[in-house]
Amino acid sequence: MTHSIKHHLDDATLIAYASGTLPEAFNLIAATHISLCDTCRANAHAYDAVGGVLLEESRTPMTEGSLAHALARLGDEVTPTLQIVQHTVTSDLPEPLRNYIGGDLDSVKWRPVGMGVKQAILSTSKGASARLLSIPAGAAMPDHGHNGKELTLVLKGAFQDADEYFARGDVEVAGKDVQHIPVADIHEDCICLAVTDAPLRFEGFLPRILQKFVRI
Amino acid sequence: MNNKPDKKNDRKSGKDHAWVDEMVRVRDNRDKQAFADLFEHFAPRIKGYLMKSGTNATIAEECAQDVMTTLWRKAGQFDPTRASVATWIFTIARNRRIDMLRRDRRPEPEELTWGPEPEPEQAHVIELQQETARLVEAISALPENQRKLIEQAYFGDMTQAEISHITGLPLGTIKSRIRLALDRLRHAMK
Ligand SMILES: [Zn+2]
Ligand SMILES: [Zn+2]
Repeated sequence: MTHSIKHHLDDATLIAYASGTLPEAFNLIAATHISLCDTCRANAHAYDAVGGVLLEESRTPMTEGSLAHALARLGDEVTPTLQIVQHTVTSDLPEPLRNYIGGDLDSVKWRPVGMGVKQAILSTSKGASARLLSIPAGAAMPDHGHNGKELTLVLKGAFQDADEYFARGDVEVAGKDVQHIPVADIHEDCICLAVTDAPLRFEGFLPRILQKFVRI
Repeated sequence: MNNKPDKKNDRKSGKDHAWVDEMVRVRDNRDKQAFADLFEHFAPRIKGYLMKSGTNATIAEECAQDVMTTLWRKAGQFDPTRASVATWIFTIARNRRIDMLRRDRRPEPEELTWGPEPEPEQAHVIELQQETARLVEAISALPENQRKLIEQAYFGDMTQAEISHITGLPLGTIKSRIRLALDRLRHAMK
């Protein structure tokens, strides 16, 4: 059940997801969070409905004969009614994310990036990047700021950022005005999906060197 | 929710209701006349939407054709308790536009497992239509500049930062309808 989710996608992300103008990495995190969150699922439906209203009010006449052309193209082929498959395997990950990983968390190809932190970059279009991060229980991410927008979705474990606590399903939305040091909860390693549309800004000298190698 | 009769809304929901009937005839009877009626209404709107999004007229026309034949092929997936005809067509057109641009894939969320509701209940269909009508009303009542911004967000390539300045979108009624369905679902799954 999803009642415990407290931190949601921001409206700008949901509107852009509905309008189909997001970079792929943001589409992925939106689809993954909505899979876990009824509130954002309802909002996403509502934003689709706004699209429907706007569609009603755009109108450019079709050319002569377009209807006859369409009727001639109608085949007998029918896509069957949506069959919703009950997932028999319990998974840590919603389906959209599993499709990018090619399996569950145990099939992630982690690469160590130092201090026990591991990451796996997912393949998406160029406009933004998506990565899985695994942060050891109790460890802190390097202090950093943002040149763009960063969304971080907790998949396993939890992290603390200043006085906010982010658990499974929660999304942290960070923009240019945010400088932070998320710290993984002490009880277990924290696995997140993190998406950014611009490189992060690291404070320390060592992380800045590291940045060159890990493409954060 | 407020179910007071309202002539304006009734007219509008009556109109959308007509499209639901046509869509159901396409879905259940493979009715080509119903398809033709939907085509006459929606094809120019899909074309208009794509052209506002920057597609040239020839390609927009071709895509509108594709969207309408997709509607014929996927009619079995139309569920009037979940989306109005216009909303459903919008999502097909949006996805077609994304395919066309071949730039950013857009994964869909995992489907909800809906409760054991074999037949769409007429009451739910009407409820959704009323809410849609109210949304139409609310959007048309927005100040001109606000409306322009929303159109730009849906049709243009507004950045997320620009979109975040949009406030006060009237989504209340639609949200309540879907929340209700989710509550029912959760209850059924207990
Ligand atoms: Zn949410
Ligand atoms: Zn950050």
